[in-house]
Amino acid sequence: MATSMIIKKGLFVITGAMMLVILYLIFIWVPTEKNLGVSQRIFYFHVPIAWVGFLAFSFVLVGSVGYLWKRTSGWDRLAYSAAELGVLFTTLMLITGILWAKPVWGVWWTWDPRLTTSLILWLIYVAYLMLRAYSPKGDQGARYAAVLGIAGFIDVPLVYMSIVWWRTVHPQALIGPAATGELDPSMRLLLMISTLTFTLLFAYLLVDRVSLRRNEEEVEVLRGLIEPLR
Amino acid sequence: MTGFWPTVAAVVWKDIQAELRTKDIVISVLAFALLSLIIFNFALRPSPQLTPVVAPGVLWVAFTFAGVLGLTRTFVLEKEQGNLIGLLLTPTSREALYVGKMLGSLFFMLVAEAVLLPVFAVLFNISPFQPGLLLIILMATLGFAAIGTLFSAMAVNTRSREIVLPMLFLPIVVPIIIGAVVASGTALDGGPWSDMVRWFQLIAVFDVLALVFSAFAFEHVLQE
Repeated sequence: MATSMIIKKGLFVITGAMMLVILYLIFIWVPTEKNLGVSQRIFYFHVPIAWVGFLAFSFVLVGSVGYLWKRTSGWDRLAYSAAELGVLFTTLMLITGILWAKPVWGVWWTWDPRLTTSLILWLIYVAYLMLRAYSPKGDQGARYAAVLGIAGFIDVPLVYMSIVWWRTVHPQALIGPAATGELDPSMRLLLMISTLTFTLLFAYLLVDRVSLRRNEEEVEVLRGLIEPLR
Repeated sequence: MTGFWPTVAAVVWKDIQAELRTKDIVISVLAFALLSLIIFNFALRPSPQLTPVVAPGVLWVAFTFAGVLGLTRTFVLEKEQGNLIGLLLTPTSREALYVGKMLGSLFFMLVAEAVLLPVFAVLFNISPFQPGLLLIILMATLGFAAIGTLFSAMAVNTRSREIVLPMLFLPIVVPIIIGAVVASGTALDGGPWSDMVRWFQLIAVFDVLALVFSAFAFEHVLQE
């Protein structure tokens, strides 16, 4: 208990401090991108958030496989908590992406493979949370979710392939300048710092959510115990 | 303990008999798909030039949504009549149960589609009996049945199963829908097979993965 509290507190303090630092770096320190202008600064949020979203979904996979294999609730807590955070960060990724697309591409949305795959991925894990909400509590719901957690992960490469091929069948001109080419060293450095910060934020939230989930399950057990007495 | 395929055959035969008596699945799938074809006609008002462009999409929306509707029913009778427990108590492998239920769903969906296709051909003025199109329908429906049977077995034990199954099913089958729509369009235009091959490959990969994964996962889903 004590060590986990120390880890949680430590992560909180470090993440909070680094968040303040990257806010300064993103809005004041880093030079403005020449082609994309000031809107490019959202890149230092968007890319790390996207990375954390995918990281979370790989944790869902690990937790799901672990649960079906070992059937201990720790794996399930990991999978569920990671799924919630994955949906949170993927939602933020979609929003920051849409906000950025409008000034840069001129449209809020294009059915580009990466965007479309992210949207489908988001939908799969929203379905995961819905399945959890509607399933019976306990082992059965956890098993169902684990099955979906694995199926969703296997599906993603197929979704991506199909959309890439679909787009090549119906090509669509990319509007506006494509963000390619070499990143300025200061930009690359900031991207790395920002990614690290958001990964720490994810670690903090995951640790916190898992322990909260454990408490929720304990409450559930206790409620089951006192129910006959009422 | 009987062998694998006799068990499968018994499960399929049981489902066919139940279906012959209730006509639950085929009728509801047919009615729904027919209605959606007609609604699409009003919604899109396809002119003769537009018809070939929208036809594959309309066909697959109708098949997909009607398919979900049919899949929702797959385990409802089993659950309501307590038959699922009976099946689980029999000394048969879960894989055989899965394959039996999957083949049953596949069969009902194919029957409904076989009735729908001529109607679709009349309404959208196309000639549907082309080997390419028929093969796509067969492969895509197999994929629907393969993953749909697994999800249906989960959804039946949830509250509001009518919304849970589509939420699980539709995002996962996106590769099939894309592949089926594009390849059907090519087939209906009389395009060459070489344009369709990669979509066949994609759907085949999906089908194989879905079958293998579902057969493995079915055991975890059915433990009560």
